[in-house]
Amino acid sequence: MTKANDYNSVMARRGEIMKKSVGIDYSKFESGSIAFDYERMMRETGYSLEEMQKIQRSVHVGDTPIIELRNLTALARKYAKPGYGARIFIKDEACNPSGSFKARRAANSVYHAKKLGFKGVVTATSGNYGAAVASQAAMAGLKCIVVQECYDSKGVGQPEIVEKARKCEALGAEVVQLSVGPELFYKFLLLLEETGYFNASLYTPFGIAGVETLGYEISMQFREKFNKDPDAVVVTNAGGGNLTGTARGLLKAGASTRVIGASVDLTGLHMASDAMFNRKSFTTGHTGFGVPFSVWPDRSDVPRSAAKPLRYMERYVTVSQGSVFYMTEALASLEGLEKGPAGNTSLAAAFALAQEMKEDELIVVQETEYTGAGKHVQPQLSFAKDNGIEVFFGDPEDEVPGKNIVLPSNPALIKAKDVDLDNMRRSLIRTAINTYKTTPTEEDIEFLAEETRKDIEFVKEAISQLSSL
Amino acid sequence: MVKKGTWVLIHRNILEPEERAPQVPDDTKKVPLEMWIKGYLVEDAKIGDTVQVVTRTGRKETGELLEANPSYTHDYGRFIPELQQISEQVREILFGGETDD
Repeated sequence: MTKANDYNSVMARRGEIMKKSVGIDYSKFESGSIAFDYERMMRETGYSLEEMQKIQRSVHVGDTPIIELRNLTALARKYAKPGYGARIFIKDEACNPSGSFKARRAANSVYHAKKLGFKGVVTATSGNYGAAVASQAAMAGLKCIVVQECYDSKGVGQPEIVEKARKCEALGAEVVQLSVGPELFYKFLLLLEETGYFNASLYTPFGIAGVETLGYEISMQFREKFNKDPDAVVVTNAGGGNLTGTARGLLKAGASTRVIGASVDLTGLHMASDAMFNRKSFTTGHTGFGVPFSVWPDRSDVPRSAAKPLRYMERYVTVSQGSVFYMTEALASLEGLEKGPAGNTSLAAAFALAQEMKEDELIVVQETEYTGAGKHVQPQLSFAKDNGIEVFFGDPEDEVPGKNIVLPSNPALIKAKDVDLDNMRRSLIRTAINTYKTTPTEEDIEFLAEETRKDIEFVKEAISQLSSL
Repeated sequence: MVKKGTWVLIHRNILEPEERAPQVPDDTKKVPLEMWIKGYLVEDAKIGDTVQVVTRTGRKETGELLEANPSYTHDYGRFIPELQQISEQVREILFGGETDD
């Protein structure tokens, strides 16, 4: 019997396809209501820190260097009060085999796929994760398909995504490129069904747990060098996995480091819009992913996402596109390092945040990524100009995503703007209640308090505000 | 004529505008969901023909033949003077003002 392959029929088979392709029975951890046993899922389906370190070391992933950015620190201190201006560091994750921290997530997923006997892996990503899965699949001798959202309806591709396609193909993967739209997930499901391959989702417990080694390493490296943990770690936030994994790793090390999320401000640009697709200069690490995936992680490609940024984020800031470009250039010109784009979002934030911190404090940008044709400030700005985006020097406050890119006329204008986390937390609570269409139980309320890093009173108040609407 | 077995790029619409997901924005709903994929050509064909290919994972896909031995054309873009201005500025702020005379 042939199955119907129209959009609605395929989406209706989603649960069944997912279960087969991830090998996790999520129902075991469900309460039947909003609550979900997150920690038990992470424990029973993930790997221990020691196991992950062993897996990752065997495929040359992790143990990346920490680099102190002395000149950028000196530059930041020019704009800080006397005695202020924390020392800025980066963890050079570009040293991983595929050129980004995503190798950590991919190493675990591919290891797991191979252990379960899958012949190949499929992943839906336009980002570095595709290259990471392709790289790990190459080492493991598994087949690999990467599904990308790449082009607008005129066939114009984001240069950064085109480069990632090249890298995936160079590493032996099959790349399926699509035009703009959330139905990428539809094609992804069809491919899983057709091939019977493993779903190397970014959001499985093993994928997220793979990043725990990153947080853990930071703590160990700082204790060895400075006899203390860093005071703050800044994480570029998109789908939430980088932040969740890093924070969990820091906690496993016993570190009380502050975890700060940072995203590029793309407010006002609709992510599924064909016309807007090529008017943005960032393909990830922006608010278009960071905000929705924080307030509702389960929008991902697995039934229950293991990435839960609001559980771990103490502060969430945004930076402008122009500020990130400025910092990328400053990193090359003052530190002799061409990196990015992704890690440079948190670098721009760290540059501003360091100025609020004391001189003897340590702030870490926990990733860098490889740079190359297409994924570099020059083609990014060139592409922006070609798409009618105005590029000029001025105050980043005047930047309007999709219309212009304002390069700060001096570094003093680079600011990290706080996002109201309580608002996002209330949004998560509202979405949970609307999704499950239920009156929350005591267990649900406790769960929502954990989900939002708040107490039960906060959750109850948020719920009462909802019912009074 | 493109010979059988050549590495090629093909294109196909996988959802027509009326088949698109309900949640997509209006501008996206006006256009089809398109797919581009590469593979080995199954039979000799001309550019523009509907053809079948075998992909790197051994799957079969059909679509319109666009290009034989497709190349990458992405690059470093045009020179952006503003970036050099930033480079000059940060160096001047940090190391400038120390002349010999």
